[in-house]
Amino acid sequence: MDIIQTVKAGTLESGDILITISPHDSELIIELETPVESLYGEKIKQEILDFLSSLEITKGVIKAIDKGALEYTVLARMETAINRACLEEFE
Amino acid sequence: MKNAIDREIPDEVKGRKLRPFQGNDGYLPEDRFIPATRMRAHSSSFVRQKKKVLSSLKEALVKVGLKDGMTLSFHHHFRGGDNLMNHAFEIIQKMGVKDLTVNASSVQPVHSPLIPLMESKVITNIEGGANGAPGEAISRGKLDGLLTVRSHGGRARAIDSGDSHIDIAIIGAPTADFMGNLNGTNGRYACGPLGYAWPDARMADNVIAVTNELVSFPNYPVSIPMTLVDWVVHTDVPIGDPKGIVSGTTRITKDPMRLKIASTVIDVLDSAGIIKEGLTFQSGAGGISLASSYFLMEEMLKKKIKGSWAMGGSTAALVDMLDRGLFDYLLDVQAFDVTAVNSLRNNPRHIEIGASCYASPFNAACAVNLLDTIVLGATEVDLNFNANTVTESDGRILHGIGGHQDTSSGAELSILAFPLIRGRVSVVVDNVTTVVTPGESIDVVVTERGVAVNPSSKHFDEITNNKRLNIKSMEELKNEALKLTGPRKPIRFKDNIVGVIENRDGTVLDVIYELAD
Repeated sequence: MDIIQTVKAGTLESGDILITISPHDSELIIELETPVESLYGEKIKQEILDFLSSLEITKGVIKAIDKGALEYTVLARMETAINRACLEEFE
Repeated sequence: MKNAIDREIPDEVKGRKLRPFQGNDGYLPEDRFIPATRMRAHSSSFVRQKKKVLSSLKEALVKVGLKDGMTLSFHHHFRGGDNLMNHAFEIIQKMGVKDLTVNASSVQPVHSPLIPLMESKVITNIEGGANGAPGEAISRGKLDGLLTVRSHGGRARAIDSGDSHIDIAIIGAPTADFMGNLNGTNGRYACGPLGYAWPDARMADNVIAVTNELVSFPNYPVSIPMTLVDWVVHTDVPIGDPKGIVSGTTRITKDPMRLKIASTVIDVLDSAGIIKEGLTFQSGAGGISLASSYFLMEEMLKKKIKGSWAMGGSTAALVDMLDRGLFDYLLDVQAFDVTAVNSLRNNPRHIEIGASCYASPFNAACAVNLLDTIVLGATEVDLNFNANTVTESDGRILHGIGGHQDTSSGAELSILAFPLIRGRVSVVVDNVTTVVTPGESIDVVVTERGVAVNPSSKHFDEITNNKRLNIKSMEELKNEALKLTGPRKPIRFKDNIVGVIENRDGTVLDVIYELAD
């Protein structure tokens, strides 16, 4: 699947995560901002990365501003964002 | 050496000998003893000619002979609105004095200007507690000496006993008269009680009061009396910012999870037989504590029960209960909102007390020992019910102790109430990063996912037999949280000890190491 447009999913409420996805020509870039960087930073990045590779997405810019989301929230917001970012794929 | 809760405590840190924690009531001083205090004798003409009154803090600091290595004390009744400590250190820095110890009932985020002074070794030790950025700076090794973290009762004990000697107490006073009578209930910077400064005023070698409002003698009511105050600085430099001193109104939380936890707290109190005629109660100003107060009020009205007294940090919620006659008296060491300040000023049943009377373990009686119950929070709690309030799970020092140790060890039933998971981090863990309150002081842990009762609590059977409660073990709570959060990365520390956690009796519960990352 290809990311073809810039989209957002999620909020900045406590316990949520705001995901912004935009297209990129060649690379996959993940930027994460989280209050639990030292404890869960790597794990959240890995959760995002695993989700993308399960859909064979290899290009795009993922910006995530985390407010303490649990894994299921991260994945739900990623799924919505990817659906929106790759919209044409589903038409 | 390992202390009574299995924490490794070195015999000595940075020249200071440590006495390991031996259990609550495990350590008492050998006999009664008389700590040294300085007598004050100002001549009658001196006082009559108003020579006690000075126009700048600098003049006062020169008069009392501020020099390298001294200990200066401050109170935190102005909380986020305190300007005095920053103002004092602006002056002190220019005077070129170094290697000072700050003994403050709390260092707050508003005191971040002190961080560069830690780096330049103007301030080398801090006693009391450190919140926010100053605490985090200490975690990163910015303080050359040690942070000694004490509870409000522990701080009073340390000062009263002479363990912590104060050379100069600098006391912000919303109003003062020229003789040195101080109170915090009047004036535009009114903050309510001045109770945390009472031990300082009694024991410090030199007492400097700083006020923006000099009123006619006698300044009534008297919180700190003229007999203890050496100098009154009357200055235009604002000692506080009213917006930060007291919050407007403390509103009850709307978060359904916190409300659920608070209502479970009431269920726990009820099953332990605490909600009865003559009840004594203390609550904090945190969301869940506050909501618990309101639910308790409803329960007392429903059951037509009257308590005997409640204790502050006072809030509009406690004042409401006092006004409705649910308690005869409100004992108060600190006010959190405008309603509480006004109540202290106007209601003779709202009584100001000092920190020693509130919570010091080494005197002839303190109020916390008469509490029936207390509802507290924590950053972490472990399988042995040991609680942490000082460091976050990532190891940063971000809070003090407040009355956590004192009230939980004194109260008949001590409850920790919190959401099990905060910002992806589980509050219940195998081992807390820092032990602040020993597990033996805690009876019950209340979360939205279940209630755990300490097997050593004498209320264990009564509470666990209540079928309405979702009773779990700490192990079960921990595992349930772990399933949702996933394992976290362990934190790394350096060998450098930056802080010492004293129990209220002065023995050492734990030490805090400098962060590696």
